[in-house]
Amino acid sequence: MSNDAVLHGDAVVLPHSGVHHGEHHEHHHHETFITKYVFSQDHKMIAKQFLITGMVWAVIGGLMSVLFRLQLGYPDATFPWLEDILGKWAKGGRISAEAYYALVTTHGTVLVFFVLTAGLSGTFANFLIPLQVGARDMASPMMNMLSYWFFLAASVVMLSSIFVETGPFSGGWTAYPPLSALGDASPGSKTGMDLWLTSMALFVVSQLLAGINYISTVLNLRTKGMSMTRLPLTIWALFFTAVLGLLSFPVLFSGFILLIFDRNFGTSFYLSDIFIASTNKALPNEGGSAILYQHLFWFLGHPEVYIILLPAMGMVSEILSTNARKPIFGYMAMIGSLFAIAILAFLVWAHHMFVTGLNPFLGSIFVLLTLLIAVPSAIKVFNWLTTLWRGNIRFTPGMLFAIGFVSLFISGGLTGIWLGNSALDIHLHDTYFVIAHFHIVMGVASMFGMFAGIYHWYPKMYGRYMNNTLGYIHFWLTMIGAYLIFWPMHYEGLAGMPRRYYDYSVWESFKQFAELNKFISTVVIIVFAVQLLFLFNFFYSIFKGRKVTTLNPWGSTTLEWTTPIHPGHGNWVGEIPEVHRWAYDYGKDGQEFIPQTQPVGEHESHH
Amino acid sequence: MSMFFTIAVIVLVFLIIFQIAKASEYVSVLKGEEKSRKQQNKVNGFLMVGFLVLGLIGVYVCNKMLYGKTLLPHGSASVQGEKVDSMLWVTLIVTGVVFIITQIILFWFAYKYQENDKRKAFYFPHNNTMEVVWTVIPAIALTVLVVIGLRNWFAFTSDAPKNALQVEVTGKQFGWIFRYAGKDKEFGKKYFRNIDEANSNLLGQIWDDSKNFDDVVVTQTMYIVKDKPVKLIIGSRDVVHDVGLPHFRLKMDAVPGTPTTLWFTPKYTTKEMKEKTGNPNFQYEISCDQMCGNGHYSMKGIIEVVTQAEFDLWMAKQKPNYYAAFPDKDPANQQPATPAAKDSASTAKAPAATEKVKM
Ligand code: HEM
Ligand SMILES: [Cu+2]
Ligand SMILES: [Cu+2]
Repeated sequence: MSNDAVLHGDAVVLPHSGVHHGEHHEHHHHETFITKYVFSQDHKMIAKQFLITGMVWAVIGGLMSVLFRLQLGYPDATFPWLEDILGKWAKGGRISAEAYYALVTTHGTVLVFFVLTAGLSGTFANFLIPLQVGARDMASPMMNMLSYWFFLAASVVMLSSIFVETGPFSGGWTAYPPLSALGDASPGSKTGMDLWLTSMALFVVSQLLAGINYISTVLNLRTKGMSMTRLPLTIWALFFTAVLGLLSFPVLFSGFILLIFDRNFGTSFYLSDIFIASTNKALPNEGGSAILYQHLFWFLGHPEVYIILLPAMGMVSEILSTNARKPIFGYMAMIGSLFAIAILAFLVWAHHMFVTGLNPFLGSIFVLLTLLIAVPSAIKVFNWLTTLWRGNIRFTPGMLFAIGFVSLFISGGLTGIWLGNSALDIHLHDTYFVIAHFHIVMGVASMFGMFAGIYHWYPKMYGRYMNNTLGYIHFWLTMIGAYLIFWPMHYEGLAGMPRRYYDYSVWESFKQFAELNKFISTVVIIVFAVQLLFLFNFFYSIFKGRKVTTLNPWGSTTLEWTTPIHPGHGNWVGEIPEVHRWAYDYGKDGQEFIPQTQPVGEHESHH
Repeated sequence: MSMFFTIAVIVLVFLIIFQIAKASEYVSVLKGEEKSRKQQNKVNGFLMVGFLVLGLIGVYVCNKMLYGKTLLPHGSASVQGEKVDSMLWVTLIVTGVVFIITQIILFWFAYKYQENDKRKAFYFPHNNTMEVVWTVIPAIALTVLVVIGLRNWFAFTSDAPKNALQVEVTGKQFGWIFRYAGKDKEFGKKYFRNIDEANSNLLGQIWDDSKNFDDVVVTQTMYIVKDKPVKLIIGSRDVVHDVGLPHFRLKMDAVPGTPTTLWFTPKYTTKEMKEKTGNPNFQYEISCDQMCGNGHYSMKGIIEVVTQAEFDLWMAKQKPNYYAAFPDKDPANQQPATPAAKDSASTAKAPAATEKVKM
């Protein structure tokens, strides 16, 4: 409610800002519990809904990884309590192969789509776009609300698939047919796969509703003076993310439609020449191509990894600059490289398919384009490093995670150069090297971006701070743990150790890693426990955290910090402030920072 | 019991951490928030270099412990794989140098430029020269890597030499079927609807095609010849699998309906590899590298690399699959021609014939 600010009586007007906090309320709704917390159309509340749903999924997905890491680390041990919670999936206290694959698949799907797509860009696009471009809400608050509810519906369907008799889908998050098309080939491809597809279809709808909204808000609802080149990099990143999603999710959707037809209506888009041993029957399908699905999937799949990463990149740019008390280095180059990444993201999908029998010449084109994407990635890294150079760095928990992000992005991005070269990928494809690559560069790095964002914007979300000490412990243990878990996996990959194996003990070529696997699994358990510390900090601080008493606790230039401490629906009391400059005037002309709302002074230097 | 104990300990640890965290917040209020913030800043700045130093040591230790367990110390077992290995080294050097330099810069800057009342942040929004330099240098380095990579890639994917031994490899849930073309050096036609496991027709060979009469079908173990190129013609009977050949540094998907190929030249016999690796149990294993169902992890094949003489001996002992499907056509079973009655008795029965195929 817009009179929140008045109730709290602490709407301190920032000395530097030229904003006038009028006392008249333009937006005065009567809000009930239902309209405020449940069917809310306030972008800030929807952001929190995305965030908390994403956190629930992160816990579920994380717990799943703990369970399957138990199997990998301790293949001979039995844990009776596993049977207590998993029942027939863990007879005698050991997870069955079926359950293992179901866990791996659900873990991947949930983390990629529900946590790092919906939880990450759903939260921060919703929260930051209107606040940072200077809008009262999204272009269509109604569609925005629907986007969340479609996501929730997708979540419920996915969750329900865990409880069906034949188990959830278990063919990997990429769901390649024919395995995903044939219930007789795998029990998980029966009802579990129907639910998986339903859930994903709902999810695509949610993403499209969200993406259209983000794009139109950024393009149309910027406040006076907020030209595109004055936007904070968070907004640029979220904008490109939305464009990527809007152009690629429909392709995934079409791939799913064909799969649904193959599964249920006897078509042969992906199926050909198949004999199923378990039923001793040859299938009628002829002429389909299993590879077609892979093209459709990765046409989304590769942009998807950038959909996950770009918001993190944007937030990290913003947080690094703010806490180094220095402008981001090479603002235009940052936008340019985001743009290049967004374009190239559509042109490299077949690097996931080098060994599918792809035409070698076509493969070589994809090698070239794939390695090209390393150039804008390198530019970003160098620009972040230069942003730190000669700064005056404050290590807030958000800043720590932003620095951690840069470190992880370097580590994981460099192994992309290995995999992008098809002549190396022919050895490394589908080994633990790939697992290490994408968990570091996407999984953990984007998670760090998300943590950075949460710590940094928590004061704006809840009007309180999270506990710093817990934040520091959280950061350092997670940072160390992440490297301990994923760094050694490169070596397993160099030995050709395949991913998605339930048990390596019968393999002469891979069993030498048993000790290492045990070590990794142990670290996984500890790191998971550390995340519970974060969760506790998050929820505890909503109610008991230290109160925010100034409007602009980090000394930021951007617009969100000109709103009241508890902004109501509509964000600004009175008029939306006007913008006069870019978002990165930190340390200019000897001033700590100059908010975007401050008009350019007569004697101000140019850059 | 131990379960409760563990949970109790974890909860306790959490409580302690939480109390410390809470207390430090109160202390900071008492001391003055600005002052304690600066103290925390110093601690974190110090941890930044600490992490850098320990991290780099960790990278070294990790390499020491794990390098021996990778495939690299023994070298590649195929001629093609040597190129993969040399490329791995070049790529490692290029990316390794970048890794070390950028990580050092990152954490060193974080430490060096931590907040200090005496310093003012330097207003440095952009510099075109620098930006051009670090666009061009990576572009050049990557071009070099692409050129090396593509030369190898085109070598790997080129046509197999004419004299190559041809083996057809077919994946199924969860095992491998191998077919040799026999004396005519040509594979007979097959059609998936003809697959009939009960009658020894694992691949759906079309018996009207006389080229099928001498084709040999085996499962589990594939025999190939040292120093002789081998061309694999790869397919699948059900879902997508992948012929993973870690020791040869190669792999290729097995896709139903779309055959793929892969060729390479093995350098060492299995026996030689046992000596080379010092592991008497060494085996060239084919690992399925594409998720294919709940038995994926157990989808193992064996490659036996032997000398030409050993191979010829082995091949001479194999019976064409045609005889397993039609025992009465087997010359060994034609009463007048074969005196070995014992042999014919066992192959006359269909189930026994299936056994034979499995070797
Ligand atoms: C320097 C740029 C990068 C290059 C050249 C690169 C290259 C590759 C290649 C070639 C693969 C396929 C490996 C294989 O399956 O054999 C791959 C896998 C993957 N990459 Fe990257 N990558 C880069 C950066 C990234 C980034 C920034 C992300 C995410 C934010 C990412 C996420 C992934 C994921 C999720 C997979 C594995 C998907 C799967 O098979 O399950 N990569 N990468
Ligand atoms: Cu990709
Ligand atoms: Cu498999």
